[in-house]
Amino acid sequence: MSDQLLKVTIDNITVEVPAGTTILQAARQIGGDVTPPAMCFYTPLKGSGGKCRTCLVEVSKGSEKDPRPMPKLVASCRTTVMDGMEVKSVTSQRVLDARAGVVELLLINHPLDCPVCDQAGECHLQDLSYEHGKAGTRYEFQRRTFKKHDLGEYIQLHMTRCILCYRCVFTADQVSGKRVHGVLDRGDHAEIATYIEKNLNNEFIGNVIDVCPVGALTDKTFRFKNRVWFTKPLYAHRDCSKCCGEVTLWMRGDEVFRVTARKDEWGEIKTSAKTGDTGWICNDCRFHNKNASDWQIEGLADISRHSVIGQGKYKGLKKPAETIEKVLDGRQPRLLMDIHSVSEVNKPEIELSTIQGPATSAVFKKKP
Amino acid sequence: MGRKLLLEKAHVEGIRYYDVYRREGGYRSVEKALKSMTPDEVTEEVKKSGLRGRGGAGFPTGMKWSFLAKPEGVPRYLVVNADESEPGTFKDRYLMEFIPHLLIEGIIVSSYALGANTSYIYIRGEYAWIPDILEQAIAEARNNGWLGKNIMGTGYSLEIYVQRGAGAYICGEETALLESLEGKRGNPRIKPPFPAVKGLYDCPTVVNNVETIAAVVPIVNDGGEEYAKIGVGRSTGTKLMSACGNIRKPGVYEIDMTISVEEFIFSDEYCGGIANGKRLKACIPGGSSVPILPANLLLKTAKGETRYMHYESLSDGGFATGSMMGSGGFIVLDEDQCIVKHTYTLARFYRHESCGQCSPCREGTGWMEKILWNIDNGKGKMSDIDLLWDIQGKIEGNTICPLGDAAAWPVAAAIRHFRDEFEWHVKNPAECMQRNYGLAHYADPIHVPVTA
Ligand SMILES: Cc1cc2nc3c(=O)[nH]c(=O)nc-3n(C[C@H](O)[C@H](O)[C@H](O)COP(=O)(O)O)c2cc1C
Ligand code: SF4
Ligand code: SF4
Ligand code: FES
Repeated sequence: MSDQLLKVTIDNITVEVPAGTTILQAARQIGGDVTPPAMCFYTPLKGSGGKCRTCLVEVSKGSEKDPRPMPKLVASCRTTVMDGMEVKSVTSQRVLDARAGVVELLLINHPLDCPVCDQAGECHLQDLSYEHGKAGTRYEFQRRTFKKHDLGEYIQLHMTRCILCYRCVFTADQVSGKRVHGVLDRGDHAEIATYIEKNLNNEFIGNVIDVCPVGALTDKTFRFKNRVWFTKPLYAHRDCSKCCGEVTLWMRGDEVFRVTARKDEWGEIKTSAKTGDTGWICNDCRFHNKNASDWQIEGLADISRHSVIGQGKYKGLKKPAETIEKVLDGRQPRLLMDIHSVSEVNKPEIELSTIQGPATSAVFKKKP
Repeated sequence: MGRKLLLEKAHVEGIRYYDVYRREGGYRSVEKALKSMTPDEVTEEVKKSGLRGRGGAGFPTGMKWSFLAKPEGVPRYLVVNADESEPGTFKDRYLMEFIPHLLIEGIIVSSYALGANTSYIYIRGEYAWIPDILEQAIAEARNNGWLGKNIMGTGYSLEIYVQRGAGAYICGEETALLESLEGKRGNPRIKPPFPAVKGLYDCPTVVNNVETIAAVVPIVNDGGEEYAKIGVGRSTGTKLMSACGNIRKPGVYEIDMTISVEEFIFSDEYCGGIANGKRLKACIPGGSSVPILPANLLLKTAKGETRYMHYESLSDGGFATGSMMGSGGFIVLDEDQCIVKHTYTLARFYRHESCGQCSPCREGTGWMEKILWNIDNGKGKMSDIDLLWDIQGKIEGNTICPLGDAAAWPVAAAIRHFRDEFEWHVKNPAECMQRNYGLAHYADPIHVPVTA
């Protein structure tokens, strides 16, 4: 039985999967619109999922043996596939309504402070609301705030942005060895915190930053240093005695701004080629090796899902066609104004068009 | 006079203590079951009795027991749900306080049937004085040979432990209860797996309500068939009702599920009518989570038939025109009560008690509370009523545990049946702060369309 493949049809597309596969995993195999969004499930974390309810789908046929539909929408991340099961994701109005409802509810208390949030550009809540939410809100009350908690030198907590996915709790339990933070209180006043102010600093705790789908847990060593879409993700590795040492460097020019684990197109940390296990990285690699020379750089990261960061930086990118000629009716663009004549900014007159790569402060520091 | 099986002896002087309880016929069912019946035979009697869970969902107990997985070498547990935190429900407290040995006796017989050698009573933290009563009863039972190793030389052993909760309604949900009992945060588990397969400490577990377990005693004593003769249809046996609100005689009543709602409210044997000469406006028949009904739909179904105090009749008409037996928390509202304020109070409760795991319940309960506060305080808008309806619909059915539904249903039912009262609040913001909407048409006879 266990080696037999099960047939499951999601939005009229049939795939075969091994027993024990969840509907979500099967849908990811199909990919595209069919795949439900998943804000709390995280493949490498045991027990994760089931909480955010963004991945709800309709099971219109239970299985070949028991074809009855399931009365309620189910969390696809925690429901395993049965042979002959038929699932509706985007083809079900019920699912679309429920999903839009969940998105709206996730956003009512969210501060929407993307302009000052380090996660912006790689935030799953941004993607979620863009892809599945509605413009505008019907919520007319003050948004929730929390008393600030300091989690120590590495990790910045913005509780107002948290969606209580529990991923960081599972990570601390399963990866870092010792958990000193958790969910306190309950309901809409539940919060991520340490009970008595404590630092989160054990060796693998940095991974909570990577699993956090929103900007609730961010890297203090990268805080306000740069926008992620200005940085260039490169795969790199080093010999590390504590972890696989396989990372993504987020660079600008020669500067390493940030180090993270390597993530796949679903935002989940990839399996390490070296160890065969999830490629969690240690605090040393993440926080203390910020020179390009600390690393062996392999090349551009090959993620393409998050297009904001992706522009110009990923392999296999399709560039949009130039439209300027068309817009100008075939005329050539001409210079309207020379910036040098009106501004002191660009002193000592660096010719911008001749700069190779991004314009960093170093370019302008050149003596005249 | 209806038959009483649970509370018949509850007021015998000293029944709380072993000697009197035993003198009055206590622990006969243990003797009978352990000495003359196999565990499966006990389960069979419970099946025949038609007993349904008294904790709220009304699931057939015998069937639940037969689902219990029985792998070799793995302990099984019986966990008694004494968390009783549903607003309006206080029957388990009464039973445990006055006749604790009935529960202990029920636990022994039930544990025997399930093959459990350890049983836990998880009791609501606010019932601070009851664990002492239960522990004394357990000690007395042990001293008299009903608990411990090799009970009455039958080779069957059982220990019962009492565990206090820490004050969370959600820990009454069976999987949250198990988490809490294991010493963890009381978050409901994602099902499957169900407790019958993986419950307490990942072992097969049955969770039953206090009253359910107590009812096993008369079932074993008199036989399942005798028990099933009481009541109507699939509502067999007796049910404890905790009646409260604007009635003359609030309290816990044991009914045999044959009387009408009208009789229950107005007869002197039970609630004794509405207090202070007022008129009946509305009622929640089964604890705060079940839909509220206006007087006219409460006493008669939409078909114009008399509504009775049993599972089927109370839910006649579905959610459109009916309600539920639930946990038997019978809350009566008279003409002076404001449905909007009442709905706000319940919404506030659910907002406060949500565990916060899943987004629709965590966020939706808070939002509903805020909107209801506005309407109640003359700050509501017409669109708020539809918005409330929409939010409750986004919560219902989309959450991990039924608390989400329990938060959505009272709001939905209040809008469904009392929409004019909500609208009146919105249209008369100043007046609604001065007076209540009153009885309005909520007790008027309902026109029943004649069908050929
Ligand atoms: C939010 C919530 C609270 C609950 N509280 C209680 C409770 O206090 N007591 C109880 O017996 N059942 C409670 N239940 C029902 C239990 O989950 C479970 O169904 C019941 O204990 C099963 O026992 P029964 O079959 O004997 O009714 C609650 C359910 C939910 C969803
Ligand atoms: S802090 Fe981030 S990872 Fe942790 S629960 Fe909140 S959203 Fe999830
Ligand atoms: S429905 Fe509410 S109480 Fe139940 S698991 Fe979800 S958040 Fe917790
Ligand atoms: S991803 Fe399935 S519930 Fe969150």
